[in-house]
Amino acid sequence: MQTLFLAMVSAYVLGAFVALPEGGGRGTLGRGLVALGAVVGAGAGSALGASVILSGAPFTLSVPELLPIAGGLALRLDSLGAFFLVLIGLGAIPAAIYGAGYSAAYEDGRASLRLLGVMLNLFLLTMSLVTLADNVLTFLLMWEGMSLTSYFLVITESGEEGTMRAGLWYAAMTHAGLALLLAAFVLLTAYPRGGPGAFADLRAGAASLSGTTRSVIFLLAFLGFGSKAGIVPLHVWLPRAHPAAPSHVSALMSGVMIKMGVYGILRVALDLLGGGPPWWGALVLGLGAASALLGILYALMANDLKRLLAYSSVENIGIVFIGVGAGLLFGARGLPTAAALAFVAALYHALNHTAFKGLLFMGAGSVLHATHTRDMNLMGGLIKRMPWTALFFLIGAVAIAGLPPLNGFVGEWLLFQSLLPGVSIPQPVVAALVTMAVGMLALTSGLAAAGFVKAYGITFLAIPRSEEAAQAHEASLSMRAGMGLLVIVCIALGLAPAAVVPLLGRVVAGLGGLPAVAPLFAVNLSLQMPHGFAEISPTLAALGLLIVPGLVPVGMFVLGANRRLRVGDTWGCGRVGQTPRMEYTATSFAEPLRRVFAELYRPTKELTVDFHPDSKYFVQAIEYRTDIRSWFEEFLYEPLLNATQWVSRRIRRLQSGSLHGYVAYLFIVLVLMLGALLWPGK
Amino acid sequence: MTHYILEIAQALLALLLAPLLVGFVRWVKARLQNRRGAPPWLPYFELAKLFGKEVVMSNNASWLFRFAPTIVFASALAVTFLVPLIAAPLPFDNVGDLLVVVYLLLLGTFFLALAGLDPGTAFGGMGASREMTVAAIAEPTIALAIFGLALGAGSTNLGRIVTATLANPGVAISPGHLLAFAALFIVTLAETGRLPVDNPSTHLELTMIHEAMILEYSGRYLALIEWAAWLKLTIFFSLLANLFVPWGLATVLTPATLAIAVVTLIIKLAVLGLVVAVVETRVAKLRLFRVPELLGLSFVLALLAVTSSFLLR
Repeated sequence: MQTLFLAMVSAYVLGAFVALPEGGGRGTLGRGLVALGAVVGAGAGSALGASVILSGAPFTLSVPELLPIAGGLALRLDSLGAFFLVLIGLGAIPAAIYGAGYSAAYEDGRASLRLLGVMLNLFLLTMSLVTLADNVLTFLLMWEGMSLTSYFLVITESGEEGTMRAGLWYAAMTHAGLALLLAAFVLLTAYPRGGPGAFADLRAGAASLSGTTRSVIFLLAFLGFGSKAGIVPLHVWLPRAHPAAPSHVSALMSGVMIKMGVYGILRVALDLLGGGPPWWGALVLGLGAASALLGILYALMANDLKRLLAYSSVENIGIVFIGVGAGLLFGARGLPTAAALAFVAALYHALNHTAFKGLLFMGAGSVLHATHTRDMNLMGGLIKRMPWTALFFLIGAVAIAGLPPLNGFVGEWLLFQSLLPGVSIPQPVVAALVTMAVGMLALTSGLAAAGFVKAYGITFLAIPRSEEAAQAHEASLSMRAGMGLLVIVCIALGLAPAAVVPLLGRVVAGLGGLPAVAPLFAVNLSLQMPHGFAEISPTLAALGLLIVPGLVPVGMFVLGANRRLRVGDTWGCGRVGQTPRMEYTATSFAEPLRRVFAELYRPTKELTVDFHPDSKYFVQAIEYRTDIRSWFEEFLYEPLLNATQWVSRRIRRLQSGSLHGYVAYLFIVLVLMLGALLWPGK
Repeated sequence: MTHYILEIAQALLALLLAPLLVGFVRWVKARLQNRRGAPPWLPYFELAKLFGKEVVMSNNASWLFRFAPTIVFASALAVTFLVPLIAAPLPFDNVGDLLVVVYLLLLGTFFLALAGLDPGTAFGGMGASREMTVAAIAEPTIALAIFGLALGAGSTNLGRIVTATLANPGVAISPGHLLAFAALFIVTLAETGRLPVDNPSTHLELTMIHEAMILEYSGRYLALIEWAAWLKLTIFFSLLANLFVPWGLATVLTPATLAIAVVTLIIKLAVLGLVVAVVETRVAKLRLFRVPELLGLSFVLALLAVTSSFLLR
């Protein structure tokens, strides 16, 4: 295990080093070496994680000399961390391979390949070490390292309009989150006082904290980690930063990094605090359901392909949080088996989301690469120009829409099944909450299907809506390889959940007193819920879905169906030609849902009609403009930003520019500090 | 071996009954409207005619347009192996539960909507957009109705729901079951494109949903899609009939029980067909933007179903 760990760290560091010199990370070799570092590092990390999960023995490494304050660098990989380390590898290997081809577009000097290469490897390194951190200092350092490096990755295309602004939103939100996390950990380390903040001490000391303190810690940690995960209403950075980043980085951020928020909340709430009162779970469940529904509703209205995917990440992280919340809730109500199942469902969905969201972001990146636009209303017909990307994106779309036989369906099935026992809790509030969660989860999955019909249909099908789309080219080999790897993962997770689910049972076993559910799952072709509540066999169902479509042509042959096919013009009600302007667009596809959920969207409409000066019966031009308003930003963030600016303006007066004034400030602070130290009783 | 024969026989039965069911509904409707109406077996001839014609495909369409009918038909056909039509529990009961059934049907809708967008016509896009809207809004009702049934039976597997009701007949008239039935009935109308949500016999562009989506299809592809749509109606009717009123289903496999099961299935389908024909004659089509209100009502019914099964347990 030590070898794997060293291989992981040194591969990432070497990958960063090769890009460091002037002109590093450029050319086929430079980009290849950067990707190689990331692939080897992620591979070693996954292997380390897998060996910890399979053996059940945690991996520990402590270097107290490295950071002599507060306990030094302490690393320990238990099965929970190991799961997330595997997840990082799962997302990072394809993303790095894809990135080698994708970043070729930056050779023209549009962005610094040097910065991209260094930051990509450092980002993966710090993110991997977050899962290994075993004391507060290591955790926070690595967490901040992950945030900073990802900030630099977001602003890779700093020349593009809006990128710096997106980066600013990201930096502000992530640091607000960090401040909350700092507060949470300060409270957590308050007992035992003055300890080095080792997680083992915190775990032991958490029981003696008062209930209120524990709840405050939980709330701070939930909001702090939630801002990284992108739950509503802390999601505002996500639809800005993810589209702005290079696509393989978007894949990593959406597919992998936001899961670190899930890791954080599981680590603090479940492992360190050992669970809490039922309202913790209810809060997580409620906000998770809200994130899922609002995320997909905003995704439906997006016309920017990557923005749609980013909002869909809000949705999926919401689904994961439904599972986490249900787990916390059931654990608190004394249903440990049901709780463990809910956590397993949440982890399964997290794994799935890494696979299909990575795939979809890469597909969107290939489209962006080929058409130089993210606006779906300028795309269309790409299935003919980019057949491989179109096929891969279709598989990703079916998976994320939660349709059998792919992995998205298995994840949602597990979640539905794990919510069912919740209704047996003899408390109407809990039962009502769980019922509403089921309804919202179902609505979310239906809307997701609609959203991805829109994303796929408008982007890839019908007639190209712009010259660029008509001239699009297929993605390069390395980009196709990156996507192809994730396609395999999506299919494998859809066909063989029975092989994965027991392992996830091992991951959650023992956390916060959860029982080992692994033996409860029957390890065979079918997926069986404990106590025989329900059983499906995704493997056999998928097999059926392979056989039955094969029977259809055979059946038609037997029936003697006419096999001739003639290609003709599209039927056009007698008009002469068909142009792309007659097609449905991304906006018009979403129009019915915009009307149905008008209360939420508050759409604005602007209609300008130019009449002929002589007669109002001759219309010369019509301009129609419509947009939706994001009331989160209007009601929550605008007042907050205004208040911050107001305070900042007041504080700016301190910055007078006079040297005497600054010396006076120094003196005053010095006196105050001395006074505080000498205060009697200290 | 008898198990596999039973499964295949059941799928063939569904394939055979589906056109007759649709023809029957059309015939009853015509009679109720003082028309003579086409004979109920006309759909068989429709299929034969369509299978005999060549396909005309739009020059804008891609391979997805040709692939979609197979997926649509196969997903509906796959469901007939899971839904108890004549026997319960089925040998394949453990392969898929009620959620698998619902999501398999959604898979067909997903591909049909994509195929609607593929030729690049405004009609196809209109149909796809509306179909997905209706499907999405119907989804929570289905989930909650399943949830309500599963609470009573202790499982989401269809066979176990049926056997639970057979073992405890009182459940069939419990408020939870009745409300879930009403909710699922409304959803059935929406999902199978019947009035008041969609008019199966219209070709008026402003009101089309399903028909708009498949406007570019012809020949054998159209035959597959039509047959799949009829199959979907049969499946939803059988779910309504056999999950809520399971009597008549063969629980032991003897020729006599199977014969009774086939006869009761036909009677149940005919009764539901009659009800739908009456509904379609009595109500006018809703404006598209009133449909969410109807589905909202079905959602409330499903919510009440879950609540009452929770309270009465």
